Order: sequence, then structure tokens, then C-alpha cells
Amino acid sequence: MKIIGFVCLDSALAAAEQAGSKDKEFSSAVTLVEVPCTGRVDVVHILRAFREGADAVFIAGCLEGNCRFQYGNIEAKKRVILTKSLLQSAGLEPDRLEMFNLASNQEWRFAEIVQEMVSRVEKLGPNPLEKVNK
Amino acid sequence: MIIAEQKPLNDIIQMLEGHQRVLVVGCRSCVAVCLAGGEKEAGILAESLRLHSELKGKGWDIEEITLERACEKEWVREMEGAMEGKNAIISLACGVGAQVIHDIYPGVFVIPGVNTISMGAPEEQGIYMEKCGGCGDCVLHLTGGICPVARCSKSLLNGPCGGSQNGKCEIDPETPCGWDLIYRSLKEQGRLDLMDVVIAPKNWRPSRSGGLRKTVRREAVQTEEEKKIREAGQ
Amino acid sequence: MKASSNLQQVLDSGQFAVTAEIGPPKGANPEVVRKHARNMKGYADAFNLTDNQTAVVRLSSWAASLVCLQEGVEPVMQMACRDRNRIAIQSDVLGASALGVKNMLCLTGDHQIFGNQKEAKNVYDLDSIQELMVLRMMRDEGKTWGGDPLETAPKIYLGAVENPFGDPFEFRVPRLAKKVAAGADFIQTQSIYDMDRFERFMDGVRDRGLDRKVHILAGVLPLKSAKVAQYMKNKVSGMSVPDAVIDRMKNAVDPKAEGIKLCVETIEHLKTVKGVHGVHIMAVAWEEKVPEIVREAGLFPREISIE
Repeated sequence: MKIIGFVCLDSALAAAEQAGSKDKEFSSAVTLVEVPCTGRVDVVHILRAFREGADAVFIAGCLEGNCRFQYGNIEAKKRVILTKSLLQSAGLEPDRLEMFNLASNQEWRFAEIVQEMVSRVEKLGPNPLEKVNK
Repeated sequence: MIIAEQKPLNDIIQMLEGHQRVLVVGCRSCVAVCLAGGEKEAGILAESLRLHSELKGKGWDIEEITLERACEKEWVREMEGAMEGKNAIISLACGVGAQVIHDIYPGVFVIPGVNTISMGAPEEQGIYMEKCGGCGDCVLHLTGGICPVARCSKSLLNGPCGGSQNGKCEIDPETPCGWDLIYRSLKEQGRLDLMDVVIAPKNWRPSRSGGLRKTVRREAVQTEEEKKIREAGQ
Repeated sequence: MKASSNLQQVLDSGQFAVTAEIGPPKGANPEVVRKHARNMKGYADAFNLTDNQTAVVRLSSWAASLVCLQEGVEPVMQMACRDRNRIAIQSDVLGASALGVKNMLCLTGDHQIFGNQKEAKNVYDLDSIQELMVLRMMRDEGKTWGGDPLETAPKIYLGAVENPFGDPFEFRVPRLAKKVAAGADFIQTQSIYDMDRFERFMDGVRDRGLDRKVHILAGVLPLKSAKVAQYMKNKVSGMSVPDAVIDRMKNAVDPKAEGIKLCVETIEHLKTVKGVHGVHIMAVAWEEKVPEIVREAGLFPREISIE
């Protein structure tokens, strides 16, 4: 299983590091991509991740209202909505992609997010491209 | 500027059927401003098409390029290199650009990737409103700077009609009544006298109704001699 | 030269005129029009035949006007600008006039989005004021718009509509003045429930002396129920229905009877408003009530003469 997580340095990454130090199980399935703000994540980055074989992608950023760059996380949310629609038309289940908001001290929330994406992949199956790439 | 809107990805995919080697062409002018077909949008479309092609095993070869302005031949010729081996173009340029591209590459299948909608301007980021009716005979000086052809749903010249209510048009509670805007504008300018003038039936000949419009700026047209001199110089 | 239609004769003689409305059917059967014409004969001086009202395809106004003539009843042909350009409008005027139609009403026409042909391309080559100019030129100068002479000028009596309840209110009277300047002989207004606003409108009309230049027929529309009243308030643009009217309909024991009563009261009051020269009864889908309304309002019998 391959899950890509775009995590913002201020919130999600901090939470992830806390969560990671307590529970190693998920770390092999998840690859984290650090970004200064989830607003940095472009639609093409997400599409590329899926083309490279990711089974699921999540974007985790600060709680709305708490973004260091004011509304980067809101821009990210809008892009996720657009990308879900593109995924649907292209032929992938939009549920493989999701946006989450959390605070840096919410490591339990980060663990929840990972678990959520893992169960989605279990339900939807692997990315068909994974087979092609192999 | 020209306002356009990208067609749904599903529609573009359908139009592409039967073609494998595709160039997505964006434009940095109007369609970039209204976020329909600029460099960013071209990149996203290309990537989405690649994803689709790989998922469904269609074997598409998708490239993208963005022109400065797709409506000018000199700039369209810059895509020459990228055109090598391509059998289809998806134009994210407006209908004008798409046709100029076709003029330069007549043998290539051109797919309209956007719906060209109107001549308008951004109200705010993401929201674009039609402004000009392109009627060829502008009377903005009579209507307080607001176009009655485009901004009145019935293109009245002696409006408003009886359906104007609370500044809104009868067709939609969100649509402002163009003549209400005109009235308020003339009032602000102290020119309500213009509202009393009966405007005679419009001459629609300069509009699209009169036929395809060719516009010539005589001083700029090159004579045969000028063309020869320029050609010799090259 | 004017038509000297029956309506014109009534108005010019200073009598309080009555016009009513017949909505043509959504079909090719003229009997509906005949039936209404026969039932209402003698109760109004002329009858409007609506023109694809609310952009719903119906038997055309000119055809329905002919049916009326066949029944010995005077029509007011309506011509909306939405569906016809100036060529068709002038042509229809010549045709209708040739066959005996004398009263012609110029109006802009509801946008096609309201009807059953939402995807149609609209025309609006002319607006209602320009339409009046064009028709007046045909009648008074015997020319089509642009100056080409007509062999026979149509003899027509020109009408237009005005809506005292549209916005902006302060422009409603000046707009009426424009219609008069463009050639309107008579005006029919949108139906009145908000008498205050209508009175203020008439103040403005009289102030500008327009009551001496044009005949105004005040519009009334009998309500069948509180629901209809509410619908008109909320869904029909350019209508003003005060809450008091809706409450009255809600509290009525017999809403239909109450609606007729209210209509008759409105007409009685309108007879006293200076500058109002008649009433235009729009009994939408309730044409059978017109005789009762006209009688109750003391406007029957009427002297009719149709050539």
C-alpha cells in the first residue's frame, strides 16, 4: 500500500512526528511530503502522485482560521474539490483523495487520518496503475 | 477581455477519441485571466489526460504549450516545434485563438477545450461578467456608461421594461436590471434628461446580425510595394 | 388616419371604457376563443388577445383576433417584440389591418426563459417604444420604417402597456410620457392591488398633463384564492400585492366570491380617479366571470358598434 500525505510544517508534520514516535505501524505505507503550507500543493502534484501509483493521497493542514499564510489551507481545500472531480472523469475514485485540518498537538487526529485513508484503500483496492507500473 | 470556461474533462476525453498524439495549447491572455486556459490550466488538463490514458490503457501522448496570445499568427507559429508528430490539438484558447491555430495548422484536428462566452470583465476573482454587446455602434454616452445591448436581457434602448423590480431583472433575482443601473448612473451624473429621449430603432447592421464583420484600419494596411520591400529585406 | 375602432369611439366620446382579455389556447382549436368571445360579447368594448403570454406557445394573437371578428366582437391584437423583428411586425400589421383588426397593442414581451421554449433565440429588434414609432409611421405617413411608401396605410388604434408597479418608480411616469411621444393612443396598466402606489402614479400622470394626451385603462385581475395572490406577489415580476389583500383572501369564507368583490370594489374606486378613462379586466383563466364583474361594477350595458 502506498499513501502520499502532503503535510504542512506548522501543524500536520508536527502532529505526525508525535504520532510516529508512538506507533510505527503506519509509517511504511505512508510517505510524507513536507510543504511550508498546504496552499503550496498544486493540482498537478496530486495528479502526478496518482500517476506514479499512489493508492491514496491526503493533504493535511492547519485548522481553518489558523493558517500562517491566512488562507493557504482554504485554497488547498478548493483544489482538492477540483481534483476529486478530475479524478472521477479520468477514471479513479475521488475518495482516494482527501483534505484534513488539524492542530500541531493533535497527534491522535493524525493517526485517525492515516487510519481513514488506509481503510479507504482497503475498501477501494489498489491503484490500477500500480499493476501497470509493475 | 474574452470570457471563456473550460469544458468538462469528460467532454474533452470524448472529443479526443481516435486521436493519440495531442498538444494541449494554452494562452496567456484572456483565458489565463479568467482561469480557463492559461499555463496552469493547460498543465492540469494535460496531467489529467495522461492519468486517464494510463488508467484506461489508451496510449495517448500528451504535451502542452502555452502561447503568449493565440489570436496572433506570429505567436501561434511559435508552437511549430511542439507540433511535430501531433495529430490533434486541444485549444484552451478562446474560439478566436482556436480558429487562428486552425488557420496555421489546417490539416490538424482542433478540439475546443473551452466554451467561449462573452466580452466581459472580472467582478472579483473567479467571477466574470459580460459587459459589451459588440454591436458595432456604441451608445455608452447615452446610457451613463452601461451597455444596454449586453446588460439588459432584452437589449432595450428605451428601458426598463415592466419586469424590473428592486433593481433586478425579471429573468433571475441575481441578475441586475441593466436599465436600473443606467437610470442610477444617469441620475448620479445629473443627466436624467437622457432618460426622456426616445431612442429610435437601432441600426443592427454593424452587429453580428449584419453579417461577418471585417474591420480595416486603412493606414495600417501594407501596400503591395511595402510588402515587397519587407520581403526583400528578409 | 386613425381606425375609429369601437374602442376609440368609446374613449374619444368620454365614456368610461371596458376592455377584457381572452387567452388563446395551447392548441389549434379556435373554439375556445369563440366560446369566450360569445360569453363576453357586449360586456366589453374590445378584447385583448394575448401574444404567447409568458413565452408559452399559444394560438397566435392575430389568428385569435380574426376569430373574434368572426364572432362580431372587437379585438385588440397584441404584438410582443420578443418573437418578431421589424419586418415581421410591419407585415403582421398590414395583414391584420387588411382583415379588419384595428386595435394594436405594442409591448416588449416577457423573456423566453419564462415559457416552454427556454432555449429559443429571442429577437427584440425593437422595444415597445420603437414599435409604437414604427406603427405610427405606417399609419400617419403611409411608410414603412426607413421611408419606403406603402400602397395602403393601415388604419390602426395604437395601444401600449405601462406598469406603475415596476421599478424605479420615479421613472414610471416619464416612461409613460415616452410612449405617448412615440405614438400611444391608449394605455393598459398592470393589474392594480396596491391602490396607493397607483394613485401616486396617477398624480404624476396628471402633473405632466398626460391624461389629456392618452387614454389610460386601469388594469384589474380578479383573484381566485390567497394562493394565487401569494404567487403573484412572489413569482410574478413587476407586481405589487399588499399583504392586506392576501390576508383578506386568506380570511375569506368564500375566496372566489371575495376575489370578485375585491375586483368590483377596485373598479368602482378607479371610476373616481381622474385621468383613468377605463378599465382593463384580465380574468386570467376565469373569463366566464367577466360578465358578472362588469354588471356588478355598473358598467353594463355597453353600446357597441363594429363595422
